[in-house]
Amino acid sequence: MEKVLLLQPESCIDCHSCELACSLKHGGVFSRTLSRIAVFETPLRFSVPLTCLQCDDPACAAVCVVNALTKNEDTGLVEYDQNKCIGCRMCVSACPFGNITYDRSSKMVLKCDLCGGEPECALFCPTDAIQYVPANQDTRARKEMMTKRFETVFSEGGAS
Amino acid sequence: MTYGWTGQILRVNLATGEIKKEPLNKEWAADYIGARGLGTRYFIEEVSPKVDPLGPDNHLIFATGATTGSLGTSTGRFEVVTKGPLTGTIAGSNSGGLFGPELKFAGYDMVIFTGVSKKPVYLYINDDQVELRSAEHLWGKSTYETTDAAVQETNPDAKVACIGPGGENMARIACIMNDKDRATGRTGVGAVMGSKKLKALVVLGSGSVKPADPAGIRDSALRIRKQLADHPVTGEGLPTLGTPILVNIINQTGAYPTRNFQEAVFEGAEITSGEYMREHQLVKNKGCFGCTIACGRVTRSTKKSYESYGEGPEYETSWAFGAQCGVDDMEAIIKANNLCNQYGIDTISAGSTVGCAMELFEKGYLPEKDVGMPIPFGSSDAIVKLTEMMGKSEGFGKVMAQGSYRMAEKYGHPELSMSVKKQEMPAYDPRGIQGMSLEYSTSNRGGCHVRGYMISPEVLGVPQKLDPQEIKDKETWLKIFQDLTAAVDSAGICLFTTFGLGGKEVAEQLKAITGVDYDEAKVMQCGERIYNLERMFNFEAGLTKDDDILPPRLLNDPIPAGPMKGKVARAPEMLPKYYKVRGWDENGMPSKDKIKELGLSSIKFSA
Repeated sequence: MEKVLLLQPESCIDCHSCELACSLKHGGVFSRTLSRIAVFETPLRFSVPLTCLQCDDPACAAVCVVNALTKNEDTGLVEYDQNKCIGCRMCVSACPFGNITYDRSSKMVLKCDLCGGEPECALFCPTDAIQYVPANQDTRARKEMMTKRFETVFSEGGAS
Repeated sequence: MTYGWTGQILRVNLATGEIKKEPLNKEWAADYIGARGLGTRYFIEEVSPKVDPLGPDNHLIFATGATTGSLGTSTGRFEVVTKGPLTGTIAGSNSGGLFGPELKFAGYDMVIFTGVSKKPVYLYINDDQVELRSAEHLWGKSTYETTDAAVQETNPDAKVACIGPGGENMARIACIMNDKDRATGRTGVGAVMGSKKLKALVVLGSGSVKPADPAGIRDSALRIRKQLADHPVTGEGLPTLGTPILVNIINQTGAYPTRNFQEAVFEGAEITSGEYMREHQLVKNKGCFGCTIACGRVTRSTKKSYESYGEGPEYETSWAFGAQCGVDDMEAIIKANNLCNQYGIDTISAGSTVGCAMELFEKGYLPEKDVGMPIPFGSSDAIVKLTEMMGKSEGFGKVMAQGSYRMAEKYGHPELSMSVKKQEMPAYDPRGIQGMSLEYSTSNRGGCHVRGYMISPEVLGVPQKLDPQEIKDKETWLKIFQDLTAAVDSAGICLFTTFGLGGKEVAEQLKAITGVDYDEAKVMQCGERIYNLERMFNFEAGLTKDDDILPPRLLNDPIPAGPMKGKVARAPEMLPKYYKVRGWDENGMPSKDKIKELGLSSIKFSA
């Protein structure tokens, strides 16, 4: 069963734990700039976790002239091969969401690889703003939230 | 290779403009951990305890902890260390948000400011590039305006710590705000920054914090974070209602100071509580960097003339502008809180000073003409208007901005200032909770709850329930809490985690992150060392055991009504035992043996 990352910004508390878990997993250090996931804040103090969601038709792979980025149809992952990468950064330009960055010191593209199937960001997210769920259940959490809201309305309303 | 710490500090001479980088003293780092402890160690080496807090020779240190910026438990903290102009004591003032970790990512464990700049400046740190820039165009601006402008002219990802008009005017209750709504609130650290003509630190860091044992800290963090999530306070109470969860709890205990500590039960608690705020003004919950608890509240007030949007109020602030002033209007409290954040003044001291002014006014000691308006208890307009006046040091606000002690003294009634060592006590009536009476009396920075939070055992029952009116063994409990708190503050971990973890878990994280062989005993000894060093500084600064005292009202006038009716604060009975358990002499000074045991014999205070 294919699983996907589910991002729920309404639950994000702006703690940046996902960034630290990511940079620790991939580089053994704590760094916001080396993380493959980023939390952005708005002036009204909302925060949104942003990372690669493994597009079905990835623009990054489409522009990559050396096939360093490819969509794996079996796992759903957009895979990156550092050995093929020439550091042209066209993928950075192509991603419409800004979810690929380029690290100048290691000369490699930083993008989410789902930690080989056990994403650390989801594991360390304290509020389940990031979850790793079966692909056919990616809207379940929101449906559940709405269901709970109805329950509150019905149980308090006394409408008869 | 340095782990945990960056291994580098920054020294900025504001008088000459000279900026120097120097290696961290690693021996001190191991013994004093970071933030509060390490900042104090550096401060004591360089500054005379007799220094005028607002004079050119005082230093101002921004210090991160060993774990700050790492994936531990609530590791987003930093400490401002200086001599506090409100108290005349060592001032460690602690804050969260995103600023501390950013400083670490820029490559610095601490920044030490010396001297006074001729003109207003701000420090811009972009990794290795560090420069002082003119802040003349920012002088006079609020903390929100300053933060927005500083980010605009440097980098959209930069993090800002700054003062508002409070600090610029050297109000002794001024704080330093970071990330807009987070404060190093207490002891008047903002006034020191203002005295140096330093408007802001603007920091952009692209580096990393390197753990000694990456696999070890991952496992520890995962396990201890779960421990916090499973705990009723850190996993349920604080996330659900934030710190204002305490309004109803402390009120029901009968220790909720009301109308300047004249009473201890507030009739308006329910509609100024965390529950009420969640229902009516809450926008969302917010955490500091690396935090799993997220006690922060983003709130909105839409009430006419009290319109506001920002973070808070915390419990202490709900009380300071609420019960302490007899005000049961949540929107007015939210507005006053927001004004404090924008002007850069401490909400506890500000609210408590308003309450004190109200009592002086009602008793006829403070003439209406001096204030410019009547200020009876219960007036929503008064708390908002007086906060503005304090924030701007305008009219009577200039007197109030020096804190309640100096204000009440000016009107001949210093005994009506509800303060210890001239700093206002927060939202727990020590007559109702005896361990807190000892904490307020002995805290190294005056009236303060976060040097040894005895509410935890005495009210919340964590780690075990103690009778709040029992005085036996409270001295031992308080010593443990004070020492652990000193270590936790120094690690860069949030104090609130200690509801669900102890010295063992702090040591485990410190060891994995720094590689230094910390265990629980060593961490507790670091805490005790830090606490004693602060005490030694205060005594060198001129304080004595006579300063370990509560206002006479709390010692002599029993609580008039409620569950704690008839109780007075019994700290004087506990003090001799406390000194003894601390290894201090009868005058409250650390004994030679204690000083030797803690490795403090080599400390030399400069004249």
